Amino acid sequence: MRSLWAFGAGGIFGLGLLMSGMTDTRKVIGWLDVFGAWDPTLAFVLGGAVCVMFVAWRVAGQRATPALGGSFPTPPEPKLSRNLMVGSVLFGMGWGLSGLCPGPAMASALWGGIGGLVFLAAMVAGMLAAPPIRARLDTAAS
Amino acid sequence: MPQDWLYGLLGGALIGVAAAMYLLLNGRIMGASGIVGGLVDGSGGFKSERLAFLAGLVLVPGAVVFAQGGASTHLTGNLGVVIIAGLLVGIGTRVANGCTSGHGVCGISRLSLRGIVATLFYLLAGGVTVVLARHLLGVI
Repeated sequence: MRSLWAFGAGGIFGLGLLMSGMTDTRKVIGWLDVFGAWDPTLAFVLGGAVCVMFVAWRVAGQRATPALGGSFPTPPEPKLSRNLMVGSVLFGMGWGLSGLCPGPAMASALWGGIGGLVFLAAMVAGMLAAPPIRARLDTAAS
Repeated sequence: MPQDWLYGLLGGALIGVAAAMYLLLNGRIMGASGIVGGLVDGSGGFKSERLAFLAGLVLVPGAVVFAQGGASTHLTGNLGVVIIAGLLVGIGTRVANGCTSGHGVCGISRLSLRGIVATLFYLLAGGVTVVLARHLLGVI
């Protein structure tokens, strides 16, 4: 049951990415390219999603447990870390170079051509390489 | 196109609905990099749920695109750039513990300081990268 609903959420996420234009790398790079033909679409996408989720977090706050059991995520960690900032800069560089982030890269896996599959393979390799980098940043910070 | 913002807003609302379902039903934060990354390195559990989410994320838009007769992501044909970008996205999202969906959509809406700061950092880094790579180096 949990997996069935997870499949549905993943499918709706994919439809939303497709409909909003976020699987088109030109729109993403167009948003980041403030010195080119600037494309404001991404602001509407993020705005629409954040508005719905703002309500969802309020609803979650009034319930003891999720509908399918288990527990809600723990409250957000208030402390900023070096990992958060360094990682986000690295991610932003890759996002700007390609116009792809993990969600749209997955949503276009079947139709994004060889380039899309190469991106996914490199992304997975990067994910496998991340834990030691993370540990090193943690040590450097302490 | 002028109606792009409307599709953006509606598509964004759908993304929010998906994240709301994953939170209120499954009790999980819908972060694409976390869901993939947890499977890749075996951390975090919830394996079948993650696989089901990714199956929906790959298959549903895939079916729609095939029914429509195809679409393009317009990704650069420069495979060197694609590989470097993929590595940076993979490393960066796992080091920062989130991407556009987790830190962006789910973090900002929760008024999480970490989500807001992460989003500012990747937006700024992305903007500087596009300006350098496109207007100075001409590689994208």
